[in-house]
Amino acid sequence: MTSPATPWTLPDRGRVGIAGVIVAESAIFLIFVVAYLYYIGKSASGPQPSQVLELPILASALLLSSSATIAFAVRALRGGQRGGFLLWWGATFALGASFLALTALEWRTLIYDKGLTIATNLFGTSYYALVGLHASHVIVGLLALGVVLALGLRGHVRAQHAERTEILSLYWHFVDGVWIVVFTVVYVIGR
Amino acid sequence: MATSTVPLTRPAEAPLPVLGRLHEWVVTVDHKRLGLMYIASGLVFFLIAGIEASVMRLQLAVPNNDMVSPQVFNRMMTMHGTTMVFFVGMPILLGFANYLVPLMIGARDMAFPRLNAFSFWLSLFGGLLLYFSFLGAEGLYGGGSAPDVGWFAYAPLTARAFSRGNSTDYWILGLLVSGIGSIGTAVNLIATTLCLRCPGMTLAKMPLLVWLNFVVACQILVAISPLTAAQIMLLLDRFLGAHFFDTQAGGSAVLWQHFFWIFGHPEVYILILPGFAFASEIIPVFSRKVIFGYPVMVAATVAIGFISLSVWAHHMFSVGMSPAANTFFTISTMLIAVPTGIKIFNWLGTMWGGKIRFAVPMLFCTGFLFQFLVAGLTGVMLATVPFDWQLTDSYFVVAHFHYVLIGGLLFTIFAAIYFWFPKATGRMLDERLGKWHFWLFAIGFNLTFAPQHVSGILGMPRRIYTYDAGRGWEIWNLISSLGVLFQAAAILFFLWNVVRALRSGEPAGDDPWDAWTLEWATTSPPPEYNFAEVPEVRSRRPLWDLKHPHDPDWRYE
Repeated sequence: MTSPATPWTLPDRGRVGIAGVIVAESAIFLIFVVAYLYYIGKSASGPQPSQVLELPILASALLLSSSATIAFAVRALRGGQRGGFLLWWGATFALGASFLALTALEWRTLIYDKGLTIATNLFGTSYYALVGLHASHVIVGLLALGVVLALGLRGHVRAQHAERTEILSLYWHFVDGVWIVVFTVVYVIGR
Repeated sequence: MATSTVPLTRPAEAPLPVLGRLHEWVVTVDHKRLGLMYIASGLVFFLIAGIEASVMRLQLAVPNNDMVSPQVFNRMMTMHGTTMVFFVGMPILLGFANYLVPLMIGARDMAFPRLNAFSFWLSLFGGLLLYFSFLGAEGLYGGGSAPDVGWFAYAPLTARAFSRGNSTDYWILGLLVSGIGSIGTAVNLIATTLCLRCPGMTLAKMPLLVWLNFVVACQILVAISPLTAAQIMLLLDRFLGAHFFDTQAGGSAVLWQHFFWIFGHPEVYILILPGFAFASEIIPVFSRKVIFGYPVMVAATVAIGFISLSVWAHHMFSVGMSPAANTFFTISTMLIAVPTGIKIFNWLGTMWGGKIRFAVPMLFCTGFLFQFLVAGLTGVMLATVPFDWQLTDSYFVVAHFHYVLIGGLLFTIFAAIYFWFPKATGRMLDERLGKWHFWLFAIGFNLTFAPQHVSGILGMPRRIYTYDAGRGWEIWNLISSLGVLFQAAAILFFLWNVVRALRSGEPAGDDPWDAWTLEWATTSPPPEYNFAEVPEVRSRRPLWDLKHPHDPDWRYE
């Protein structure tokens, strides 16, 4: 049998795999978003979103800019600049971690000062569930970023790993994209 | 010719001690071993869930029976449904997909072998977690042993106030864990299908089984995830005092129904499509013809995949949705009957004029065609809102979905086991015992479930643990319960057949059915690396081309 004239090329399994994960995760988020939208304004008692929520502008800016830094990091690694990669990758980690810290502060204020917990009313239930689901994805992302960072600091991340870091960056972009949805639903529509 | 295998002489190795062999199976990442473990775990759970069903049928055989208490009946009912869907159907189907997809596309293994092993063990331990509830779910409140909230666990029955103890928590966690395993395997199947096909195997040349399992994997991604989300919410309700499904704090019980069935109805197609896949591979081989209308079969499958995402609320016609919603879900449900009907016609078209050989796999496939037709017809009846209002939650519905899941799915699973057992073990299952198995099971199945159409029309509700005499239900229930004896006998024949074949079955050879897909090109059982050389294909039936070099398929496709 003769070989086909055109070369036999197939998609990269890492990219297809992460795309599958992102589709599945999107479906999970979709259900939480639907629940949030469905319960807007249905809380029998306070506090209501308009009374306690403030726009997390700084946190959002930090998280969204981390999408840019991780892209720079991957590009640097592709070009073989391991120093630049470590710098941008570390910046991404720091931005993600500070987003998480700001979320923690926001929750602290809500719980201790405003008296809103997950059991207070439907707003508390859907708010902590949706924002918490996103935050837990940030935590997973930070763990993965941290592993790569630790390996990179010990000199184990080289140009041939650019594709793998790119796949991890796709997950991180997804987490950032979801934040835009969460921000819109919770802080714009829901307030 | 690239598909020919190099004769290998295996190095003489001393047989490992039992513990060593066990260790090999535990740490394996080989898709074939994982597939077999999936199927074996599914069959064990099948026996357990079958015993639970038998307890229910025994209790319902005569009116006013008090063999088991209502509480035990509820547990049997819940565990039977949950086990059959999540720990029998899913593992067996994912197991076959695991075993066959890489072989059929000429690959060495799945795309992510370690993820594959991880997913299998999640699925198994999910099942063990569910069954641990019999021992561990007593909790602090003496709140019953196994879950008893029904397989769909409607709110607010699952709230802390109504479901004391931890039985519902085991139900949630078992399904959550195994669901994550299913998603992992689905990601793996998609990546394998798209990225590991051997040279020449374009999407339009993939065997139908690979196509159908690809669609199933895509459905798993978007259908199991909503269940996972809803389970997380229910856990938050039960452990942190959230109010998602707490009606007293304004939460919505209907929202749970929507979330559950957004998972639940695609799930039905996730279960039945692999059955269609088996039929689409087996019927052509035993009709000695190519599958009729391959492109239409693929298109119908993809259509089913999409439409199945928009039919869920036909489970909720009696919950009080708006007329517009009822109309939409009636239309979408009837619409999905169209591609399904196309498939039935295509299988018949394949058999039409074929040189049919009724070996055991073909017998099961033929039984499937008849019984699945009945299931489809009652399905269209139930899609009509007024008809559904009359018969919802009656035994008519029970009969309908058992015709789908046993008459349709289980029959094709048995067909698949008889068909691919020789490949996996190198031994043939016995034809005579297999025919006993088929006829006893076909008689028993129809005896059990055909009368339930009647008792349902006579008004017998589902999920009751007993009933009064004099309503005209007695004879139908008695026949129903008697059918269990035939089914149990059939299963014993099947088990004996498997044990006998493993011990002293007739050697199968590489290609006992004279079939056409790539898995028959390698040895039985296949070596760990599947193919010594990467095969190249030019048509949908690579082995036909190999066997008939003067008249290959690729001239006509």
